[in-house]
Amino acid sequence: MKIALLDYGAGNVASVERALHRLGAESNRAAFPSDLANANRIILPGVGHFAALIRALDERRLREPLMTAIRRGIPFLGICLGLQALYERSEEAPGLAGLAIFAGEVRALPSNVKLPHMGWNRIRVSRRSELLHGLSEQDYFYFAHTFAATESSSEVVATCDHGAQFTVVLQKENIFGVQFHPEKSGAAGARVLRNFLRLAA
Amino acid sequence: MSPAHRIIPCLDTEGGRVVKGINFVGLRDAGSPTQLAERYNAEGADEVAVLDIAASREERPTFLETIRNVAEKLAIPLTAGGGIRSLEDARSVIGAGADKVTVNSAAVVRPALLAELAHEFGSQAVVLAIDAKREPLEGDEPSGDHWDVLIRGGHQSAHLDAIEWARKGVAMGAGEILITSVDRDGTRSGFDVELTSAIARAVSVPVIASGGAKIPQHFVEIFDAGGADAALAASIFHDGVQPIRQLKEFLAQQGIEVRLRC
Repeated sequence: MKIALLDYGAGNVASVERALHRLGAESNRAAFPSDLANANRIILPGVGHFAALIRALDERRLREPLMTAIRRGIPFLGICLGLQALYERSEEAPGLAGLAIFAGEVRALPSNVKLPHMGWNRIRVSRRSELLHGLSEQDYFYFAHTFAATESSSEVVATCDHGAQFTVVLQKENIFGVQFHPEKSGAAGARVLRNFLRLAA
Repeated sequence: MSPAHRIIPCLDTEGGRVVKGINFVGLRDAGSPTQLAERYNAEGADEVAVLDIAASREERPTFLETIRNVAEKLAIPLTAGGGIRSLEDARSVIGAGADKVTVNSAAVVRPALLAELAHEFGSQAVVLAIDAKREPLEGDEPSGDHWDVLIRGGHQSAHLDAIEWARKGVAMGAGEILITSVDRDGTRSGFDVELTSAIARAVSVPVIASGGAKIPQHFVEIFDAGGADAALAASIFHDGVQPIRQLKEFLAQQGIEVRLRC
C-alpha cells in the first residue's frame, strides 16, 4: 500500500506518521505533485491556520494533483484542518478558496464556550460509515480546534456539540474528513486509522 | 457535551531522567521518561506533559531526545516546555514531537512571544504556564490575598498579579493556562481551589490545575469547585501511589465526566 501523507511544512505530519507506524503501515511524505501520482491512500493532516494550509498547497502546486488523485477514487482522509480544507472557504481566512469538495463555510465556534475546543469528547453518529466500524458513541476522541463546519448535510456521519453542533466525521464516497485527531485519540483513534487503511482502494 | 475532564501526568525531567521535588527544590530521580510515558499511555492518561527542569542551553539536545522518545510511545497529546525562550525553541520542541508548548518566564519577559507562537502554531498549541504564590495584600485592602507570578523556576517574583497575567496571556494568544500553585506544589495537601477557580473565571480558554494533588478527592474538588478543565500531577502517578485508571473510575462514580474507554 502506498500511503501519501501531504507534507506542506506545517502540521502534525510526524504524529500521523508515528500512529500509522504503530499500526504496521509505512507512509511517504508527499511534498511535490509527483509524490501523489501513484499513491493509493492520501492523508491530509493539519493543525494551525487555514491560510497556512491553503497557501502551502497552492505554492507547492499540490492542489490540482490532489484533486486529480481524489477523482481517481482513492481513499482520502483529511484530519482537523485537513477536514476544514475540504469546504469552500473558512471564516479564519475569508479570501482563500478551500478545496470545495463539500459545500459551505467553516466558522468559528461560538464564544460562549471555552475556546479552543480542546480535549476529549464523545460523538453522535448519524449514519453508518466504514470509517467508524467497531466504534460507538461511548468512545472518546481528542479535539484541538476553534473553527468548525456547522452546516448540516447528508454527507455528515457524526457530530459533536461545543457551543454549537459541528461536523466531526464527514464522508462523500472515497473522501473522508475527521475534525478530531485520530493520531492522538488513543485506541479509538487508532481504530479510525485502521478502518481507513482497510478501505477498498 | 462538554469535553471530559483530563488527567495529565507530568514528567519533570533533568538530563534525560524524570526527577521529583518538593516546593521546587530537593530533586530526586523518579525513573525513565520513556517507560513512564508508555505506562501512562496504557493506563488511560489523557495527555502527558514533559517539562525540562534544568531548562539550560547545554541540556537542550538531551531534552529534545527525551521528547522524541516519549512521543514515540504516545497515542495521546504531548505537551512540552521548560526553557522555551523563542520561536526557534518552540519549533524544535514541536519538531521533536510535542503537540503543544508551554512557556513561562520568557513570556513574562516578552509577552509578544505568545503572539508569535500562536501565529505560527495556532493558539491550541500554546500553553501559558504560570507559577503563582499567594501573597498578603499590603495595606488595609479588605479583599484578602492575591497571587504573585514567580519566574525562573519559582525563584524570582515577576511583580505581576497571576489573574491579570492569565487574562493578558490569553489576549496575546495562549490557548490554555497551566496554573501551578507554588505554595501547594509537592505538599500533597490538595490543589489550590481558590486560585484555580479565580483563573478559570477570568479566562475563556481551558485551565489546567497543578500543584498539591494526592488523593482522588483533591481531583474532585479541583474539577467541581475549582472549575479546572484538566488536572496535572507528577509524583503520585510516578511512584504508583495513585493509579490513573482507579482515579478516573473514582471520578466517574462522583459524577465527573472522564474518559474511561481508552
